[in-house]
Amino acid sequence: MYLFNFTNFSLLLANEVSVGVHYYWDIAGISVHGQVFIVIWFVVILLLIFSFLGTSKLERIPTKLQSFTENLITYTTDIAKDQIGESLYRPWIPFISTLFFFILLCNWSGALIPWKFLELPQGELAAPTNDINTTIALSLLVSIFYFSGGLKKKGIGYFKRYVQPTPILLPINILEDFTKPLSLSFRLFGNILADELTVNVLTILVPLFIPLPIMILGLFASTVQALIFSTLAAAYIAEAVE
Amino acid sequence: MDSLISAASVIAAGLSVGLAAIGPGIGQGQAASSAVEAIARQPETENSVRGTLLLSLAFMEALTIYGLVVALSVLFANPFTS
Repeated sequence: MYLFNFTNFSLLLANEVSVGVHYYWDIAGISVHGQVFIVIWFVVILLLIFSFLGTSKLERIPTKLQSFTENLITYTTDIAKDQIGESLYRPWIPFISTLFFFILLCNWSGALIPWKFLELPQGELAAPTNDINTTIALSLLVSIFYFSGGLKKKGIGYFKRYVQPTPILLPINILEDFTKPLSLSFRLFGNILADELTVNVLTILVPLFIPLPIMILGLFASTVQALIFSTLAAAYIAEAVE
Repeated sequence: MDSLISAASVIAAGLSVGLAAIGPGIGQGQAASSAVEAIARQPETENSVRGTLLLSLAFMEALTIYGLVVALSVLFANPFTS
């Protein structure tokens, strides 16, 4: 399923900037974007190794790695606690933390790791979040989670919130369930793609030193985007379960 | 590709980003000026003001990004060309 298929034609600017050129894998009749999968697996393995090392030898007086891990988890726990509230936030910590770290590492992996040295037959390795299929998958996951959380908490009474202030607002309330994942996915996708395109175009124009501030700005912006995605996910969950 | 369609697409892409940047630009300016005012009035709240400001700036930024997504899809995935 491709919602946006950037393949109809692709503009190759000085043979460097390529949007919509993909490295297709055919798996059981479905063609998937291979370059996205490679980087996602890399990120997943990195996260697994880090979380295994960070939690394997827990000690009373924490080592450097353990206290670093604890600080990170405290940070994402605070995101969940601020949005969902003191009494309900605990079961949602894993989901919010996973979203935050996965998106953060996905965004950073496009900028920090010199993927250009690895040549693919088609397309190029970049941040997985600059493919709209990744971000839509993430935001649909958020939708599923807040629906299931609300249904688990309130049962069938969850649907009462659709007619909550007045029944006149019913269509708008239903529409909101579609605009939430849409805006979540487009925000992340657009920001990351814009960063990478800006850096690419600047690198073509001036290869040395000038793109560096833009790259640093991109790193900062991708951190903020990860923070915003997880904050919004927590806010939507809070709306559903409270 | 039809030259008329490509010319119209390029103009549309420029316009969509440019027009989408006006409103969020004004909004971000107002938000930043209010944040500076708040920090000047109460310097001890600087950290929480900064956090809130960054978060709301990113929300406004998203509106421009929607324009950018439209521009990119007009340029790279134009449905009227093939």
